[in-house]
Amino acid sequence: MSLTESQIERYSRHIILSDVGGKGQEKLLAGKVLLVGAGGLGCPSGLYLAAAGVGTIGLMDGDVVDLSNLQRQIAHTTADIGTPKVESAAAKFRAINPDVNLRLYRDRLTADNALSILRDYDFVIDGTDNFAAKFLVADACHFAGKPYSHAGILRFEGQAITVVPGQSVCYRCLFIKPPPQNAVPSCSQAGVLGVLAGVIGTLQATEALKYLLGVGDLLTNRLLTYDAKKMNFRTINLKRNPQCPLCGAHPTITALRDEEQPVCDLKAGRP
Amino acid sequence: MKVAINGEDVELADGLTVTALLVVQKVKWADMVSVEINGEILNRATFDATVVKPGDKIEFLYFMGGGAVASCL
Repeated sequence: MSLTESQIERYSRHIILSDVGGKGQEKLLAGKVLLVGAGGLGCPSGLYLAAAGVGTIGLMDGDVVDLSNLQRQIAHTTADIGTPKVESAAAKFRAINPDVNLRLYRDRLTADNALSILRDYDFVIDGTDNFAAKFLVADACHFAGKPYSHAGILRFEGQAITVVPGQSVCYRCLFIKPPPQNAVPSCSQAGVLGVLAGVIGTLQATEALKYLLGVGDLLTNRLLTYDAKKMNFRTINLKRNPQCPLCGAHPTITALRDEEQPVCDLKAGRP
Repeated sequence: MKVAINGEDVELADGLTVTALLVVQKVKWADMVSVEINGEILNRATFDATVVKPGDKIEFLYFMGGGAVASCL
């Protein structure tokens, strides 16, 4: 692959970076990243990955844009309400950079579809909004051997970790299984400052770009936590858990399965 | 005794178990927290039996979704 005149101009601020250069930009253009979720985290990470010239971006989300999404899901606009999120986000990514090949999956990730979809990608960004989906992304990436960026945001805090299956601490090393349903706090304790999605989502995009470029140190074996109230980032060093049910010495999870998802419906005013 | 919890020095009574520590530290949803002590993730089954020692570096690791605690989006 060789860069066109217009690509050289578009990506000039990358190309002049000694760690990127024309070769690095070509790696990005050949790169394939899957965004699981086109919401709070997926929107900012996808916008930057598209701008960066990641050649293929997969977008997976089964939802349509809702008014309550717009406070943080920055690729969707008021006019997009009712539109499938994958289509709304893809239109913005395409507008930023027509170089990018977009693959849309208007569906949830499930134990049935995960492995066949993941197979085509180099790196996965977990932008899901619930624990069942986060465990499924972690398990599917483990079985598919795909590196991924896990992240979560809540209230004024966020966290992220990158996992290279078989090499670094995985999500289940930290959190063996989803919390019991009765342990999950009610909706009144939830909520998130919208900008947290931008901070953490762009960190995830950074990890995807570093992975594709082969530059720097990935956020592996470290959990990055961000406290917006204190304006403080910390990294917590972590070791692989020998008792991890997924990647430990004696794994008990040997096939992909869907975890149960605690139900909590804000609009219905419960629990 | 002194320990570090999530990077901050904390003064604790001697002899606390991890279960008691979660109460003393007013962790609201203990089931939503994994505990790492001195770089090792603790098995939840040992929370009652594990006693915190002076100088321990303790990290509470929280489950976080994507803007919702559960599927509240």
